[in-house]
Amino acid sequence: MSWGLVGVTVRFGRTPALQSVDLELPAGEVRVVVGGDGAGKTTLLKAAAGALHPESGEVSRPAATRVGYLPASSGVYPDLSVAENLQFAAAAYGVAGEALRARRGMLLARAGLDRVERRLGSELSGGMRQKLGVIRAMLHRPDLLVLDEPTTGVDPMSRRDLWWLIAHAAAEGTAVLIATTYLDEAERASKLLLLDHGRALAAGTAEEVVQAMPGRLWTGDAKPADDAAGRAWRRGRRWRLWSPDGDAAPPQGWQAAAPDLQDAVTALLLGGELRPVEGGAA
Amino acid sequence: MAEPLAESRDVTRRFGAHVAVQRVSVAVQQGEVLGLLGANGAGKTTLLRMLLGLLPPSEGEVRLFGERPSFAGRRRIGYMPQGLGLYDDLTPMENLRFARAVYGVSRSAPHQALPEVAVGRLPLGVQRRVAFAQVLQHRPQLLVLDEPTSGVDPLMRARLWQEVRAAADGGAGVLITTHHMEEAEQCDRLVVMADAQVVAAGGLEDILAGEEMVLLDTPDWAAAMSLLEAKGLEPALVGRSLRLPAAAEEAARQALAGVDVRLRRAPATLEERFVELAAGRA
Repeated sequence: MSWGLVGVTVRFGRTPALQSVDLELPAGEVRVVVGGDGAGKTTLLKAAAGALHPESGEVSRPAATRVGYLPASSGVYPDLSVAENLQFAAAAYGVAGEALRARRGMLLARAGLDRVERRLGSELSGGMRQKLGVIRAMLHRPDLLVLDEPTTGVDPMSRRDLWWLIAHAAAEGTAVLIATTYLDEAERASKLLLLDHGRALAAGTAEEVVQAMPGRLWTGDAKPADDAAGRAWRRGRRWRLWSPDGDAAPPQGWQAAAPDLQDAVTALLLGGELRPVEGGAA
Repeated sequence: MAEPLAESRDVTRRFGAHVAVQRVSVAVQQGEVLGLLGANGAGKTTLLRMLLGLLPPSEGEVRLFGERPSFAGRRRIGYMPQGLGLYDDLTPMENLRFARAVYGVSRSAPHQALPEVAVGRLPLGVQRRVAFAQVLQHRPQLLVLDEPTSGVDPLMRARLWQEVRAAADGGAGVLITTHHMEEAEQCDRLVVMADAQVVAAGGLEDILAGEEMVLLDTPDWAAAMSLLEAKGLEPALVGRSLRLPAAAEEAARQALAGVDVRLRRAPATLEERFVELAAGRA
């Protein structure tokens, strides 16, 4: 079974939040959408989860009770305890009995939350709150699990637990969609979608996105000349310089560099910024 | 080597019976970017507060600009807290003007056009740029940035890092805390804290210490994952491969006897190494 979006456009007033975006969400796979604040990630996730209806395009998703959705706000009730939060979710999804108890116990223990079951949502650390939110969303073994930035601001130990939950859901056959700003997480997915201003700038495996970077990449030790500074960024003490037109030879003092995902995404986002200027000159 | 800008010498801090920082020595030198890594509760924030002179150590000594921390010394520091430290009800320009008045400096360089809107209503990425402008405008000799790029896209992150590196190139020392491994890889030196102590320090290569992971490629990763977990192993899913510390290779072979699986080695990522260091302390 596969879910997803075909040619989906969403507008808020006159502002396009998503412009004709395609995304396939196959069962048992983890897909990541990466982009910044305002790129359209949340809108895309809401459309995939059925929380908003697009102006045009097709969305295929399971019945609402077979979707698990974690909004960016973590979806945890601050005035309920950990146990009550889960009880509430189980009741809402109509799951109960021994199987639920076993699953709930296993997920809580694996996420290190079994010792804080009585603690209120408001008393949890950021990482604990996010883990509880993900468990809440996947408690009923949904067919589609949609998680909006589950790992933003979370420490690496909690991040490890969160990714275990995500992998576990996929192993059970759930289609998983995650929004993130972290590229190492995009590399952990089977495929990623790079979103900017509501447009898909690139899609595919991490290797495919790296190959989709137009032009050439150079590396050097000295600050680039002023006219090139807008196409340059730092990697530690060294510089990277991107030539969108792909000149065959590097500028003097620069050497060819093999881009990684971080370089490729930076270049693609820069290209997205430069494009309107090119159009304006015509 | 010149005297460090900020230094802790064998510093311990207790809160009642709880030891938050135990015998930690770190030094921030001119012109370098020092990254401080640690899980929540590892003692990073307590150490930072002691280095800034906001909290006295229980034992050991803190030196700021070669002296005991003083009010005068604080003027030479630019501190950006996790919450950014901006006034939400003021416009960016009003925030900058107010901070200049506090530090008693005149306007140094013209800022890019700033929106005439209350900061609280601006996108997160723009707020971060304003916060950077605010901590840099009095030309601090020591920059202290607490998770400076959480939640921004890779291009914005690259731009903020250009500012950080430019400050270091100009001779400032930079101390950064981060949970974000891409960001940690931009630093010149790293200090890893776990359980109130320093568990590793040095350049990226020193921290990685040549550690390897074993990658398992199999057509049915979900089945392999449950076989490994049944034997108490905790593989991570990355793309369609499962990753385990190299030390677990033999146990993995046994758990997957008879399964169609290909094993190969790869260098550990900083995040994997971090989790191992932190878990080793727990």
